[in-house]
Amino acid sequence: MAEQIPTDSVGLITPQTLHFDQPLELECGVVLPTYDLVYESYGKLNREADNAILICHALSGNHHAAGYHSMEDRKPGWWDVAIGPGKPIDTNRFFVVCLNNLGGCDGSTGPTSPNPENGKPYGPDFPFVTVSDWVNSQARLADRLMIHQWAAVVGASLGGMQTLQWSISFPDRIRHAIVIAAASKLTAQNIAFNEVARQAIRTDPDFHQGRYLEHHVLPERGLRLARMLGHITYLSDESMGAKFGRELREGEIHYDYGVEFQVESYLRYQADAFVGKFDANTYLLMTKALDYFDPAAAHDNDLTAALQQVTAQFCVLSFTSDWRFSPKRSKELVRGLLNNNIRVSYAEIEAHQGHDAFLMKIPHYLNIFSGYMGRIQTSGENR
Amino acid sequence: MLRPDQEIIGQWIQPGSRILDLGCGDGALLRHLMETLNVEGYGLELDDKKVLSSIENGIHVIQSDLDKGLSDYFDDNAFDYVIMSLTLQAINYPDQLLDEMLRVGRQGIITFPNFGHWRTRIQLLFQGRMPVTKTLPNSWYNTPNIHLCTVADFEALCRQKGIRILERTVIDHQHREPALLKISPNLLGETAIYRFERLPYHQ
Repeated sequence: MAEQIPTDSVGLITPQTLHFDQPLELECGVVLPTYDLVYESYGKLNREADNAILICHALSGNHHAAGYHSMEDRKPGWWDVAIGPGKPIDTNRFFVVCLNNLGGCDGSTGPTSPNPENGKPYGPDFPFVTVSDWVNSQARLADRLMIHQWAAVVGASLGGMQTLQWSISFPDRIRHAIVIAAASKLTAQNIAFNEVARQAIRTDPDFHQGRYLEHHVLPERGLRLARMLGHITYLSDESMGAKFGRELREGEIHYDYGVEFQVESYLRYQADAFVGKFDANTYLLMTKALDYFDPAAAHDNDLTAALQQVTAQFCVLSFTSDWRFSPKRSKELVRGLLNNNIRVSYAEIEAHQGHDAFLMKIPHYLNIFSGYMGRIQTSGENR
Repeated sequence: MLRPDQEIIGQWIQPGSRILDLGCGDGALLRHLMETLNVEGYGLELDDKKVLSSIENGIHVIQSDLDKGLSDYFDDNAFDYVIMSLTLQAINYPDQLLDEMLRVGRQGIITFPNFGHWRTRIQLLFQGRMPVTKTLPNSWYNTPNIHLCTVADFEALCRQKGIRILERTVIDHQHREPALLKISPNLLGETAIYRFERLPYHQ
């Protein structure tokens, strides 16, 4: 990275790990006897402990949301545009916590962790975890950090689903919910994309029924395909066209199957970068958690009924070119909230970047985000 | 800073009521009503900058296009009042939006620039040009005000739709409501302000 850390960065960060001995009963019926959660925090918790913000990560995210781990890091955390001094989630005001979810592959207990029963990696034996399970584990983390109530829970995409679940599961532990580029459930098309990604992984000859680590191999081809597919759906036709068009890498057609078009090069690069750092079983679990999420299902598919206990104030944001989690899905959520007289603001951000827009430095988006965060009251401030 | 027509709206609203403000702008009116009358409610606004101002103003705003109606978001009779101040004239189908207002609200409150005011009449009569005034500062080709009407036009539409006018006032460019205006509101009023409800049996 640069010689100096930017002044609007949270700076150098060291992740922390907490061990939990209290068994966690999962929605699938399995009990996780013990587990670790790795997390990062930025800013200071105030005396009243009412300035804490929880960041929930999306499919391939982790606890490293902002700042740098070392001076050698090429890039900051995944949501550095939104978290830091003077940024929308202003670390001068808020104490910000971001964890790696259960089932993850970046330090929290997941398929690559040793199974206490036999000492081998869990692999495919790691239980199915749902959005509700994550929220329950996050509540345990909050207990340990002495945070009774989050000033806000913030998440985009799958992270937005966790945010929504927080407002349903623990209404008295969340004051504001910021739900970005999310939905209260996936559409059939969205589940279909996830299934293609899973099939790519599971049919890779190196998958070995999920026990690839025991065979000292990785289902790289499958994971690469899954990531490529994902990336296509996170961008918009427009942004891909603007970024790559039909541009050829070497200026001419070679009549072979190597990398010819720039977009092919991009996809292969993204796939390469992913394979080395993400676990295939985690990918499978995360996509399943996405598919299963549907709080209205337990209420005869009535979202309004599912949201009856909600007391948090909401800020819902969507992006015009996002077709994986389209504005229409956000509007359904807004409607359900309005039906319950919940205080909600909704903005549809004009952006060509597709679903990935939530990670981008888009001025209007960040202004709206800042504007809403500025409304959140904490002790010891006159606002 | 409230506009004069918004000040009057504030006088017409019962404390503690539920309010929807269509075309809420920077949210100043709703914020004022929340602070002074303890109302609850939402603002609808399409413009990006105004949505941002509304959020910064602390009101609950839904970014939405009024020309698409209110059915995406609101059930019947969800509000005590549905307000639309100086917005009616910029709507594609004002008649349909009036119906929507009285579907989701018990009462509607509307303010609009009165095209029947003597200044606009004189400009059209003597210059033969589309009027440009302080209340209507745009030229015909770049105005957002595509459906201008007069006090008489609005009242005729209300009669046709079975809408009962509960209260009416007009103000002039100095924002006064002198007795003179009551004599000929369509000629002397620059901004018209109405509170209305649907008559029974006119659904």
